[in-house]
This record gives sequence, C-alpha cells and structure tokens, in this order.
Amino acid sequence: MKYAFYPGCVARGGAPELYDSALAVMERLGIEHVELTKAACTGAGVLQEKNLKMGDILNVRTFAMAEQMGLPIMVLCSTCQGVMSQANHRVKRDPEYLAEVNKHLAAEGLEYKGTTSIKHLLWALIEDIGLDKLKETFTRELTGMNMAPFYGCYMVRPTDALEFKANPTRETSIEDLIESVGGTVTDFAGKTACCGFPILFINQANSMKMVANHTGTAKDLGADAMVTPCPLCHLNLDGYQPKARKQVRGDKADLPVIHVPQLIGLAMGMSEKVLGLQKHIVSTKELVRKAEAAPAKV
Amino acid sequence: MADTTATPATMKVKLKIKRFDPADSGGKTWWQEYEVDVHPDSTVLDSLIEVREQEDGTLAMRCACRASICGSCGMKVNGSAKLVCKTRVIDVAPNGEQLIVEPMGNQHVVRDLVVSLDTFFNQINRVEPFLQPSFVPEQGEYTASNESMENLLTSMNCIMCGCCVSDCTVLEVDSSFIGPAALAKAWRFTEDPRDSKRDERLKTLNDEDGGMWDCTRCMKCVDVCPKGVAPMDRIMELREAAIEAGNTNTSGYRHTESFYNSVKKNGRLDETRLAIDSAGWTNIPRLLDLAPIGIAAMRKGKLPPLMPHKSEDHKKVRDLYKSVEDES
Repeated sequence: MKYAFYPGCVARGGAPELYDSALAVMERLGIEHVELTKAACTGAGVLQEKNLKMGDILNVRTFAMAEQMGLPIMVLCSTCQGVMSQANHRVKRDPEYLAEVNKHLAAEGLEYKGTTSIKHLLWALIEDIGLDKLKETFTRELTGMNMAPFYGCYMVRPTDALEFKANPTRETSIEDLIESVGGTVTDFAGKTACCGFPILFINQANSMKMVANHTGTAKDLGADAMVTPCPLCHLNLDGYQPKARKQVRGDKADLPVIHVPQLIGLAMGMSEKVLGLQKHIVSTKELVRKAEAAPAKV
Repeated sequence: MADTTATPATMKVKLKIKRFDPADSGGKTWWQEYEVDVHPDSTVLDSLIEVREQEDGTLAMRCACRASICGSCGMKVNGSAKLVCKTRVIDVAPNGEQLIVEPMGNQHVVRDLVVSLDTFFNQINRVEPFLQPSFVPEQGEYTASNESMENLLTSMNCIMCGCCVSDCTVLEVDSSFIGPAALAKAWRFTEDPRDSKRDERLKTLNDEDGGMWDCTRCMKCVDVCPKGVAPMDRIMELREAAIEAGNTNTSGYRHTESFYNSVKKNGRLDETRLAIDSAGWTNIPRLLDLAPIGIAAMRKGKLPPLMPHKSEDHKKVRDLYKSVEDES
C-alpha cells in the first residue's frame, strides 16, 4: 500500500499528536507514503464561502500532483476528505469546468485527468488493509472499554460525493473499528451532528452548547472516550470541553476525545508518548490505564 | 413446484412510534410498537395509515397528497427527517428491521407525529417572503428572463415540509436561528431581478442575531431536503453576496477573509492568526477570552506555531490566486 499523503493543516498545527500517531501506525502497518509538501490547504469549506472556484482550483492542483505520482491521496481529516471529495465530484461530472480549472494549472505544468481517489486513513484501514489483517497487528484486546463515535459532518455528508453507495462500510466505519479493537460502541444520536467548530469564532455560545451536549451525552451513556477521524472536531470537543461543560452543564470535562490512529495504536500496544496522548487537554490518564490493563490478544 | 420468483403478496412492517397526547399523558411521551402487513411496494406512510386504520385509531399524523407535493407528512424515520410518502419501507428496512418513527425535531409537538408549523412560518415570515419591486409596470406583468427564473428553481422547489428545520443542528441549541428554510427562501428573493430590496435583505440577514452567519455548514439540511433545495448551498451564496455587497462587520466575514488570505499568503492555514482575526484585533474582551485556551494548549505542546508553516510552493499558490482574481 502506498499513498500520496496529505496530513492537512491541523495535524501539522494544533493537533500534532494526530500526525505523529498516524505515522507510527502507518509504519507498523507497512503503509508507504510520500507527503504532498507542495500542496495547499483544501479551504475547509470556509475559503469556498468567498470563492468556490478558487477552492476547487487549489484542490484539483493537489489531485493532479497525486495523479502524476500515480498514487491515491490519504488524508487524516474529515474536513479535508469532504472538501476534496466535493471538489473531485464537481470537476469529474463537468468536463467543461475541469478544463477551465486546468487552464489555471497549466503555468505549473499540471493537468488533472480525473483519476485520483481520496481516502481517509479510517477508510483505508477498512477498505484497503481490511479489518482482519489489521487485527493481526493488535497486541491488546480493549475489552470493557466503551467508545462513542464522532464522525465530523464532512465525513458523512453529502453521501453522493463521498461515494457511500459504492462503499457501504463507510456509514459504520468508526463503529466497525471500535469493535475490531475489542471495544464496545456507545451509540448516540449526536455522532453525525456538528461539533460546533465552524462557528467557534462566530457564535461561541452555540458552539459551546454543542460541545457540552455531545461530550456530556456520550459520558452519561457510559463512554470512556470519544473517537473521531476529524482533528477539527477534536480541537473543539477536547480543547473547549472544560469551558463548555462548566458553562453549559456546570460539570467537569471528563471525556477524552481521541484520534483514529491513537485508538489503533493503543490496540497495537504503543505507548502514551508515541501516540501523543499526554498532549490532550482532557486527561487521557484513566483511558491509558485501562488500555494498559487490557488483556493481551491471543 | 413453487414459483420462487413471484413477489410475495404482503410484507411485514415493524414500527416503533413515539406517542404524545397532551390531554392524557401529562406532557410525557411514550413508545408504542406495531406490526402490520402491507404490499411490498409500500411507503412508510402506507404502513402508518395501515396502523391507524387497522390497529390503533388514536394515532395522530398529518398527510394529504401522498405524492411528495404537499409537504404534510414530514417526520423522523430512524433519526432523520423524511417525507414518509416518498420513503419506501424496503429502502429503509431492507431486512425487515424495526422502523423508529418520531415527530420532526425543533418544532412543537401537538400530538403523536403532528407538529405545529408556527415555528416554521415564524421563521419564513422574518424574511418578508414576497416580491418587493420598486415600480409598477405601465402595462402587463412584471417580466424576468428565463435564465433568471431557472436560477431560482432550486429554492422554488421548496414545499415547506419543515424537514430541514427539523434536523438543523444549530436550531437544536439556539431557537433564535432563522433556520435553513427561511434563508433559502430569502435567497430566492435576493436573486430575483424584479426585487428591489436585495441590499436591505442581505444587510438584515448579515447583521441580525440568528442570521446567515450562524449556520455551521453541517449539511444536514442538504441531506434531508426531499426536493433538492440544498438550503446550505443557498446560505453559502447569501454569504458570498453579502460580502460582495460590502457587509464586512461580522466575525463570519473576518473569519472567511482571514482564511482566504492565510492560504493566499502561506499556502496553508495560519490557525493562530485565524482565531485573532475572527475575534477582531481591537476586540479586547474576545481576545482575552482566547488567552486561557491558548495557554492550556501551549502547556500541552499543541499550540499551533505563532509563525505559520508555509507549504513548499506557497509562491505558486499566490500566483494561482492572482490568476483567478485577475479573471474576475
């Protein structure tokens, strides 16, 4: 397995533990990668509010780079996945528009033909590696650990651009992964809702209510942690959880929000340090203790 | 020998329905389960009608056209809003799974599956949902080009069923938000060449609390709309139009602008700058509010770099911006 690796701005910025844990897990799995260091930000849907075409051009430029390398793109972020999938969807169904976009890329010697696929690490683990093969790399059985999925909007909508019909496992990917490590899924209605991050700087009161509702509900249902493929959700649900829980529910932040590779890494027996779990705002100590006490996988 | 290709005459449908009777239950809701036999092509609505007619005449629901035109039968099926007349049982319960049916969300429940439409129409009325031309034509009707009307078709397809309002994640936490249906309706008038209030409409929706900038872009409304209105896409167009019309006084505008310029300059997002720009450089209370979060993140070694990382080819990104901006 080899990918053109697009870690995204947040894994290289506000959530460095995502980048580190992803590399550690990929190495263990023998996933080869070439990082797309020349690629630009996807625009995250925000840049697109001002200029949709500019966003599409930036993303198609990235697709063309991967196409030249003959590799699929791997991302670590629900928002990168969604925004790229939407851009790909738009240009692939409209050859005239693609030609217009390509005109802007000609100066760099790039032309996108429409063959690049974009896959989040979460999807690649299930679709390309396969859960059975993945399980062979686990050294611990995380039984008795309850985990709530939190997808991030861009990973679940719109389903046509995300090709859910052709890939039905995408709908339950986090749940399937939680079960693969031996954990129990804490199901709750908020798992496909908004985390509040996009309006954090615009309407913080609403954003805090979302953080408090999701983390509080999952905790009330018995979750030990929340698992997310989106570092933006993580920034809000982890970083702002102390403030949100105090302000909205009058209680304390008590639900660690972990990244997908951190969950896999725990099952692989990797240390807290390697996975960057000590970098979280909400303490992961109890979670790490439980994982370390988990029975060895036979 | 039995013919195995023949479609069975009936199909079992299992339903779990959320009930509410304001007169009897003292404000409490309860779940009730039913099982009915219906034709294999049946919709969820057909099954509910079968329940009402054969099993339990007290079940309250609203429906009329049964052809996804009237917009009466919006309700939640397995947690997401749908027109039940347009939803075939076989598509939502292919293996005979139990269907969970509830009234729509974010609206006042009158009884069982019936919600009051007052919330919905109060939101719609906030945007003055009627044409406001500046003149009366000397003769005949107000005319508009075919293209300009075709452009409005997405929004004009709205049948006011309330599904988008039901599942809006902002309305879940803030009832003052004007909501996706009303914003899509407003867009229909800002884009109509016969309307003379475009600037006023954009300014109002830009300035007011609960206006266009409170949408989180979660796409739930796009997902559940049974008529392809894609309300969130209309909201994004409203924002673009509001910026173009010179409305630059919101955090939302500063956030978008900062993001756009950050990628232009660095090829990447400058997270620290985005937070400060959005708050506003002179907004001391908002900036002080950011500080504790920044300090907590720094202590844990996860504060984004103060000087942004740049992508290797960021100058080429700047050239791209220039070529796109020059074009428009």
